[in-house]
Amino acid sequence: MNSHSAVDITQSQALGLDEVVRLADVRRRFNQTVALDGISLTVRKGEILGIIGRSGAGKSTLIRCLNGLERPDSGEIIIEGTRIDHLAERQLQPLRRRIGMIFQHFNLLSSKTVEANVALPLKIEGSPKAERLARARELLDLVGLSDKAKAYPAQLSGGQKQRVGIARALAARPALLLSDEATSALDPETTRSILALLKEINRKLGLTIVLITHEMDVVRTIADRVAVINAGQIVEEGDVRSVFAAPRQEITKSLLSGNRPHLPEHLQSRLGSSGNSIVASIDLLGPYGQQQFFADLSETLAHGGSLVQGALDHIQGEPVARFFITIPAEQQAVVERLRAKLDAAGAHLEVLGHV
Amino acid sequence: MSDIMIELLIGAIWETLLMTVASGLISLLAGLPLGLALVATAKGGLAENLWVNRLLGAVINAFRSVPFIILLVALIPVTRFIVGTALGTWAAIVPLAIAATPYYARIAEVSLREVDKGLIEAVRAMGGNRWTIISEVLIPEALPGIVAGFTVTLVTLIGASAMAGAIGAGGLGDLAIRYGYQRFETGVMIAVVIVLIILVCGIQWIGDRLVAQLERRQAHG
Repeated sequence: MNSHSAVDITQSQALGLDEVVRLADVRRRFNQTVALDGISLTVRKGEILGIIGRSGAGKSTLIRCLNGLERPDSGEIIIEGTRIDHLAERQLQPLRRRIGMIFQHFNLLSSKTVEANVALPLKIEGSPKAERLARARELLDLVGLSDKAKAYPAQLSGGQKQRVGIARALAARPALLLSDEATSALDPETTRSILALLKEINRKLGLTIVLITHEMDVVRTIADRVAVINAGQIVEEGDVRSVFAAPRQEITKSLLSGNRPHLPEHLQSRLGSSGNSIVASIDLLGPYGQQQFFADLSETLAHGGSLVQGALDHIQGEPVARFFITIPAEQQAVVERLRAKLDAAGAHLEVLGHV
Repeated sequence: MSDIMIELLIGAIWETLLMTVASGLISLLAGLPLGLALVATAKGGLAENLWVNRLLGAVINAFRSVPFIILLVALIPVTRFIVGTALGTWAAIVPLAIAATPYYARIAEVSLREVDKGLIEAVRAMGGNRWTIISEVLIPEALPGIVAGFTVTLVTLIGASAMAGAIGAGGLGDLAIRYGYQRFETGVMIAVVIVLIILVCGIQWIGDRLVAQLERRQAHG
């Protein structure tokens, strides 16, 4: 890359040209229930943003705002530089062709063959039949279902149906792909293969993807950034690694609870403000957690501490680790020494209590 | 049965078929758009308009609550205006079609309403307009129900056409009443009943075959 194009990129970033989605203070309520309570969010070109929240958190409404299926009460929604929140249905129709969408229940037309389903967005666009069937074949090839072109959706498995859904969403060469709980109806193995496919498409085509899910595992596997939504608000947002390594909000911690090591129940239940041992959690991000940390930890353990629980994992190719230790209550100084070392390495130690 | 009777019977079969098929086709062409209108104007529909929806529903209910024999007589001026006469087979088609249209509209409405809302949302998300949703989603997805409902309507029309004898429309029902019942010609009565059973079974069989073919591709397999 020469210096000229580097300048171009900086300029386009400054102008916001690499933003595919920008939401500013988007609000939506249904009668008495507030679904979206002032959402501001940007999605950059080529990234995968995972929006996670419990059911009823507003994520479904949020993703439907991005292609105008849902209209906000107030706020701005800008897609590829065009403000869409005030547009009429008829004006939205051509814009929606730039946005593909996949669904939890696939939403394939049972009366059409697989290839006719994939070709439907192009039929709506008005492309000639030969052209759209050729494109459908190309996409079925991409998702690995070339041999199912003439089959009907009812003859396919769940994973195959979602592959058809993905092919269909890509047919009109969208700039943005929305995924509405696309893997929630699938078994773990199929989920992995669908997520791998989405990641591959993201890399191959540089396609921007916004996905909503209630499963942290989905975010962990493919997202670059994560936004946690709770009661219609984005409560936490950041790089997947950073959020996984150091979640700040209770809701994030609880959504992450299945994906991270936690204190064993027999210690958790006895945790109090006094006792013989200090219980601490350690969150680590980066190579320190694989190397020097263990040397620092062994020094602590030499003072009567124990490692009680923990795991080292990789997110986006970076090591992320979480450990729980106990240290005799009289060794407070040792804890502080370890804390100082961890702080210097950008890691985090938290005293949870005593047992 | 004499040769004359057989001739009468053949004539009556033709008249019944003519009345049933002609009024059936009219009720299909008018009832399906009405059914679509009912679904589209309903709450959350493609063109939500509760006022139109209630009005349409009330008119349909009104026509459906009038007994056919009353409708037959009440519509005589309309029939005379459209066909030029209020008597005969062609004249019977008008009240039959007018009675069958709201009936079929309700049946079509039920099938159309059962189309998965997610499919409509998917096509909206692709940038489809209302017409795309009707032509690519609602009608194709509801087709088995639309065909099955049409079969039911045709069978009902065979029964209703018997009453059209009251305005000299002829047909199997008329034959059964005048010869079989009023003249105690049991042979004619039995012959008419057998022909009616064959007709009903035939129509039902064709309808079922069509539905089965349409459902084969949609069945969960």
